[in-house]
Amino acid sequence: MQFLFKTRYEDDIRFLAKTGEKIRVGMVIAFLLAAPLFLPSYYLGELGMLLVYAIAGVGLMILTGHTGQVSFGHAAFLGIGAYCHSILMSHGVPFSVSVVLTMSLSGLIGMALGRSASRMHGFYLAIATLAFLILVETALGEWGSLTGGYSGFSVPGLKIFSVPLTQVWQQYYVDLIFTLFVVWGASNLFRSPTGRSFVAVRDSELSARSLGVNVEWVKIQSFGVSAAITGLAGALLAHQLSYLSPETFDVLHSLKLLLMIVVGGLGSILGAIFGAIFISLLPVALSFLKDVLPPSIGEQAGLEPLLFGLIIVLFIVFEPAGIYGRWMKIRFFFETLPYYRKSSFVRQKSYLKTERMR
Amino acid sequence: MTAAQTLSVRNLSIEFGGVHAVEDVSFDVEPGEVFAIIGPNGAGKSTIFNLISRLYEPSAGSIHYGDQDLLKIPAHRIVQTGIARTFQNIELFEQATVLQNLLVGRHSRMPQNPFSNFLFTSGVMKSELEHRRKVEDIIDLLEIAQYRDERISDLSYGARKNVELARALCSEPTLLLLDEPASGLNNEETDDVSFWLDDIKNDLGVTLVMVEHDMNLVGLVADRVMAINDGRLLAIGTPDEVRSNAEVQQAYLGVSQ
Repeated sequence: MQFLFKTRYEDDIRFLAKTGEKIRVGMVIAFLLAAPLFLPSYYLGELGMLLVYAIAGVGLMILTGHTGQVSFGHAAFLGIGAYCHSILMSHGVPFSVSVVLTMSLSGLIGMALGRSASRMHGFYLAIATLAFLILVETALGEWGSLTGGYSGFSVPGLKIFSVPLTQVWQQYYVDLIFTLFVVWGASNLFRSPTGRSFVAVRDSELSARSLGVNVEWVKIQSFGVSAAITGLAGALLAHQLSYLSPETFDVLHSLKLLLMIVVGGLGSILGAIFGAIFISLLPVALSFLKDVLPPSIGEQAGLEPLLFGLIIVLFIVFEPAGIYGRWMKIRFFFETLPYYRKSSFVRQKSYLKTERMR
Repeated sequence: MTAAQTLSVRNLSIEFGGVHAVEDVSFDVEPGEVFAIIGPNGAGKSTIFNLISRLYEPSAGSIHYGDQDLLKIPAHRIVQTGIARTFQNIELFEQATVLQNLLVGRHSRMPQNPFSNFLFTSGVMKSELEHRRKVEDIIDLLEIAQYRDERISDLSYGARKNVELARALCSEPTLLLLDEPASGLNNEETDDVSFWLDDIKNDLGVTLVMVEHDMNLVGLVADRVMAINDGRLLAIGTPDEVRSNAEVQQAYLGVSQ
């Protein structure tokens, strides 16, 4: 048990107020920085991939977890990011310029989608974003002169300030720097007015509006920020994949991103990272499962999407707060030892909530 | 802070698919007064609030606050004219803490820039601290310091009512629309509300317009009362005048045979 005495307003604004948090986060960053020293390059590549998905997860988390706008189309922004960056790089645009342009393009397309989706809710929004994804996937395939069409597009090698970075560990550090930047920036967003207005729109559009939040504009902003970050993830993903094809960015990929944030825990940046870890371990579990299961089931084509769906359902039923929620409960258990009770986290029934004003 | 102004509503009407929810209602609220709107269920009291805060579009009539034509202002800019409100069914941000809710209350007065927010520049930090100080004043006024870091979903009904009132006050309004401030509260809590309303009126100089069923509270705090039924105005006057009005009694108690 730890008492935290707050003596200044900064104590509520600062990250990592508790010593324990400082140690934990410090250890994670130290591990990530030192990883190339002891990890074989295969695992280092996988870790790089995890970081890229963490960025994409943070992107989707801002939109779905914090602003409450579900998107089945986020693989499209990965695709836009990956293709835009690769095409620019292949035309000789420097890496740093290309990344900025990619994020801007992806963000602008996101804002346009947000503009048209800003008056939709739930079901209709899900369908609209799904339609957007199919549109982008088809466009990437059909616009052969620019994207190489269905035969794919070869990604130019990673080069920063005309220094080629071909080694796995070099790419890994590039991913790591962007991940730290995005996680830091996204966390900043939620201790400032912009992020608070996102959360306000998620929890009650009505009172957000009466407090001066321009709800439509907030949704457009949220789509924009989310798409820009996901586009960045796409650009980094392109270097990981080194060969792009439109089918990579399909509905299943979107579902994977959603699975990541639902399992990680909606509404927290840390949840997106937990989700990325989970999604990276899933193929390992899947290959193990294939060995164990009888071939008639193990060799079935639809095993992966089935598993995705099953995991989402199980999490929604048994742990809606995701891995993040479970993590908080475990921490609470140790902090309050031995006072934890089964009912410690049973929520009261929520009070009157009318649908009258929707 | 700008001074309170006169709210004048003229010939206000709204229809929902043929139902006249509010029909030809006119009234003025003078600066500094406490104005109560009473009426049976479904009389159109909350609808008037929703019209003033521009959540509904009226079919006829006008609403002016001072010299500003509210019908020309979108809903999210109403708060900048100095009008804040609470809701009948408490519309707080459930998954956020009390402090975060109150900071959203200051949204209209904080600079917004996603880029500087993302980088959390020193300017953003300065503005956060400055607005936090303002929020703390309201926390002191309504004595909700013990809930500061609680999530709304963990709070009791009475505490939520206070927090919602506090959040509305955080926007530094000159006119406050209170939709049933005492509904669902016990006698003791209702007494607290009447004290706070006095404080808000006297210390902060806020004009209060409230929809309320509790006639004791209305008699205690209201300067003038407006009674409506079926969307039409029945009477405006002091609480005693309205209470003794024959039409008002008829609306509440029915026609004597």
